[in-house]
Amino acid sequence: MRNRKSKRRIFKKGMHIIQLSIAFIFAACFAILFLTPIVLTITNSFMSSTEISANYGVIFSTTESGGKVFIAEQVNLKFIPDMVSFEQYATVLLKSPDYLLKFWNSVILVVPIVVFQIVVAALAAYGFYRYDGRLRQIIFFSYIILMLMPYQVTLVPNYLVSDWLNILDTRWAIWLPGIFSPFSVYLLTKYMKRIPVGIIEAAKIDGAGEFQIFIQVALPLCKSAVCSVAILVFIDYWNMVEQPIILLSDSTLQPLSVYLSKINSEELGLAFAVATIYMIPCLFVFLYGEDYLVEGITYQGGIKG
Amino acid sequence: MGFKHKKNTTVKPNGKAGRQRRKIKHISGAFLAPSFLGVLAFFFAPFLVVIVYSVVDNPVSMNFVGLDNFVKLVNNAAFKQAVRNTLRFSAIAVPLAVVLSLLLALVLQWKIPLRSQFRTFFLSPMMVPVASVVLVWQVLFDYNGAVNQWLSFIGVENKIDWLKSSYGIIVIVILFLWKNLGYNMILFMAALSNIPQELVEVAVLEKASQFQIFWHVKLRYMTSTVLFVTIMSLINSFKVFREVYLLTGDNPTDWIYMLQHYMNNMFRKLNYQNLSAAAILMSLFMIVVIGILFLIENYFGKDVEG
Repeated sequence: MRNRKSKRRIFKKGMHIIQLSIAFIFAACFAILFLTPIVLTITNSFMSSTEISANYGVIFSTTESGGKVFIAEQVNLKFIPDMVSFEQYATVLLKSPDYLLKFWNSVILVVPIVVFQIVVAALAAYGFYRYDGRLRQIIFFSYIILMLMPYQVTLVPNYLVSDWLNILDTRWAIWLPGIFSPFSVYLLTKYMKRIPVGIIEAAKIDGAGEFQIFIQVALPLCKSAVCSVAILVFIDYWNMVEQPIILLSDSTLQPLSVYLSKINSEELGLAFAVATIYMIPCLFVFLYGEDYLVEGITYQGGIKG
Repeated sequence: MGFKHKKNTTVKPNGKAGRQRRKIKHISGAFLAPSFLGVLAFFFAPFLVVIVYSVVDNPVSMNFVGLDNFVKLVNNAAFKQAVRNTLRFSAIAVPLAVVLSLLLALVLQWKIPLRSQFRTFFLSPMMVPVASVVLVWQVLFDYNGAVNQWLSFIGVENKIDWLKSSYGIIVIVILFLWKNLGYNMILFMAALSNIPQELVEVAVLEKASQFQIFWHVKLRYMTSTVLFVTIMSLINSFKVFREVYLLTGDNPTDWIYMLQHYMNNMFRKLNYQNLSAAAILMSLFMIVVIGILFLIENYFGKDVEG
């Protein structure tokens, strides 16, 4: 009797281990699929231009690139360069300022949006937190609806206003709609509503003004939410494509997120290096802010809220 | 889901307390003002103009034409193609995104080694700008690309022109899943860890199978998350234009001509009445879909969240 029971336990344990290994293999396969494109981009950026054209010449040979002859007839997907070369980076950083300029365009478009969207949103979130009336509920609800609208809807009004204000083809056409985008209002409000009113009342009794309370009490309590929102807004705008192609037809102002696809065919080797440079800020943010990012997403889902 | 709001439960303001309350109301208004005025100026007010533009012949002469613009739009071949492609794509990609990300979240619930690393790995595509990986997609899915080469190794001799044929939709579904699964997975992971353990334990005591526990307890408890993930995936599915645009430019083949391509062409022609009608149709579509999902949530989610 006893023997049979322990046998069953061993059997169960074995099943459990098999289950776990299947799960592990499943996860590992996905992880490889997910990481491959990123790793490929990075490793290929360390190849010399001859190696790149030997590997991928077949694909991009439609555009004549300086009379180079491509030898390979087959594409040769390679993870590790034959010889690590910084040639591409040297070219990008020293010889062709065009890409750096476009990178700078991205920075100049995105950073003000992140900063001021959060400033405007934090103020609004505090406003929603301090008083909750019928009108404010309607406004908040309309923000949510707006937040859920795809670009195909919101770009039309954005374009009209930019046209009226005569700011089409200037950075303002990207900045202003970005700054007032209601996304971070929604997240910060949800977070702020968890602050107990008692804390605010106590600060008030101590003689603090409302703005002082906002700066010195409410904001510090929302620090992690502010970080989460900053990361989410940053990735969203660093990756923007729809807005610049419609609101910025002036190509000298285009961010790298759009411009990168235009250099693909001509200077393939450079493109890998530029692509890597373009993802570095994101990877840095991810490295230091993964937990904030996860928290931000979770709040968005309203699971914790 | 967080879209519901607490009811305002205050008594009529009077006396000192009332004055205090009104003062807070004014202060709150001042804090709200920058955001609200901005949203009004850049989104709501011009949207009213969009509504007007959608029912006139053109923004200069402004003759009322009723629903003509909508009729013309719906009969436009390019628009129909774009809508068909976009809807077909969303109909394939959204359910796949929901199911696969739920699967990933469930797998990461188990105590497998490298769990937190896996979370990082699955989340990393979300952080990488589309423009950065487009090169790799090109190398993979080009006519002479790596995927066709692999297929020829396993004996598939006919090369497939992935991006220029009806297979294009498969490619963009893959790219979409690659980018969005991590985000959805995080939402599911949070929801799974929020399920009260007692419920699961009771189910185990009553000898429910793993599958039964998942289907009747966990999934039931996560209704609102499933719907939220569906909504977010749907919205993100309209952003797949980025991948298509960066891979194939302004004029892709008919198979992957998306709604945003059509809008871009209209912007180029400055066809305001057409754009306005399209934007309104799209917003109505979104409102209807979101409304339906809310109704479903109310129907299924009530008894568990109570």
